[in-house]
Amino acid sequence: MNYKFDWNKVLSGEYLDWIIEGVGVTLQISAVSLVFALLIGTTIAVMRMTKVKPLIWFSASFTEFFRNTPLLVQIFFWYFGADSLLPRFALDWLYEQDFEFCAGVIALSVYTAAFIAEEIRAGVNSIPKNQLEASRACGLSFVQAMRYVILPQAFRIIVPPMISQALNLVKNSSLCMTIGVAELTYMARQIESYTFRGFEAFTISTLIYLCISLVVSFSINFYNKRFLRAVRY
Amino acid sequence: MQWDIVIDNFPYLLWGAYPEGPLGGLALSILLSIGGIFGAFWIGLVAGLMRLSKRWYIKFLSVVYIEIIRGVPLLMLIFWFYFLAPILLGKTLPEAESALVAFIVFTGAYIAEIVRAGVQALPKGQMEASRASGLSNLQAMRYVILPQALRNMIPSFVNQFVSLTKDTSLAYVIGVVELTRAAVQVNNRTLSAPMEIYLTILVMYFVICYVLTALSRKLEKKMARYQARG
Repeated sequence: MNYKFDWNKVLSGEYLDWIIEGVGVTLQISAVSLVFALLIGTTIAVMRMTKVKPLIWFSASFTEFFRNTPLLVQIFFWYFGADSLLPRFALDWLYEQDFEFCAGVIALSVYTAAFIAEEIRAGVNSIPKNQLEASRACGLSFVQAMRYVILPQAFRIIVPPMISQALNLVKNSSLCMTIGVAELTYMARQIESYTFRGFEAFTISTLIYLCISLVVSFSINFYNKRFLRAVRY
Repeated sequence: MQWDIVIDNFPYLLWGAYPEGPLGGLALSILLSIGGIFGAFWIGLVAGLMRLSKRWYIKFLSVVYIEIIRGVPLLMLIFWFYFLAPILLGKTLPEAESALVAFIVFTGAYIAEIVRAGVQALPKGQMEASRASGLSNLQAMRYVILPQALRNMIPSFVNQFVSLTKDTSLAYVIGVVELTRAAVQVNNRTLSAPMEIYLTILVMYFVICYVLTALSRKLEKKMARYQARG
């Protein structure tokens, strides 16, 4: 092992700026995608819980398809295939924006939505049915029963898996480097090609990802201990 | 729509340039994921059992391994091992091998959690009874706990195999010609049918993963009948 480590080079001046910029883009693309993923995921989950057959089929095939295909290929599909898929005006609008970023957001949010929909469904299903029956028997309307009895309980159960989905989203956003979104992994790659300090650049960005996920997973554990005890069946 | 491009290049997507050149495409993806899951099983088994140990330093080692790996994107690990190999070995490892090592180390951490959960899910009485009948801790693990726990874990292993199959697409970034890179090459060569090509490989991945997921659901239902309960 006669490799000379050179951490200073990566951790100073221009290259440090790149890393910071990369962290910013990673957090930004994850946040935007998370908002869309929550919206789409909730819609899909609600569709799955209705009694309308076509809606159930649609949402079931949506979740199955996007959960069982690689995210990387989905990113390529949206990025390269959007041309022949989306209408003209939508494309014009997307090209005016940052097209790489938009394709990344579409892919990430659709992929994550499929997972979120399943978590929501599992959460609501885990509330025993007699809760709803009992609240209806007490004279609450369906919406009231949902609002005051079912959802407050389901919400507590859904939150921890939702946070870990958000965490997966941050990790998955690294795949957007392949279409040229300048997030953390992209920046590490770039530093590698400018300085040949691949090992250092990737170690540092690995540590950054690790910090983000450790902070979040400690807070999930805290939440689980603090709030979840009350709702076990 | 230009599906003829897909049809012409379908053999390339299936097995790369084989037999004239190196194996690639879907065949390589499947090889990588099978190799990955077999390697990861042993690492995961050891790390999972270490995590259940009563000695803090053994437990600590495996917690560090599991938490670090689970906190980092696989893409990062693939790059990291790719750049680590020349430092450790003095020469670059071939891309496919380097990716395989990353897959094994990555999946190992997830399997460790499955193993831990599987062993903990068994009723405590199983261990106590085997200890009481004179088996050592190791013997009890080997002959009583693991045979039951591992069987119950099979559906989770299949799920892990499914996500590894999806994750082999990431080997693309360091230049392994598995299914995704094969598709990118075909796309770069033809340039006129990206939607068709990527849709095709999405469906190819989907067929494999969906069949396996359905299998694991079936297994799960079947197994629920034979579990020891506390």
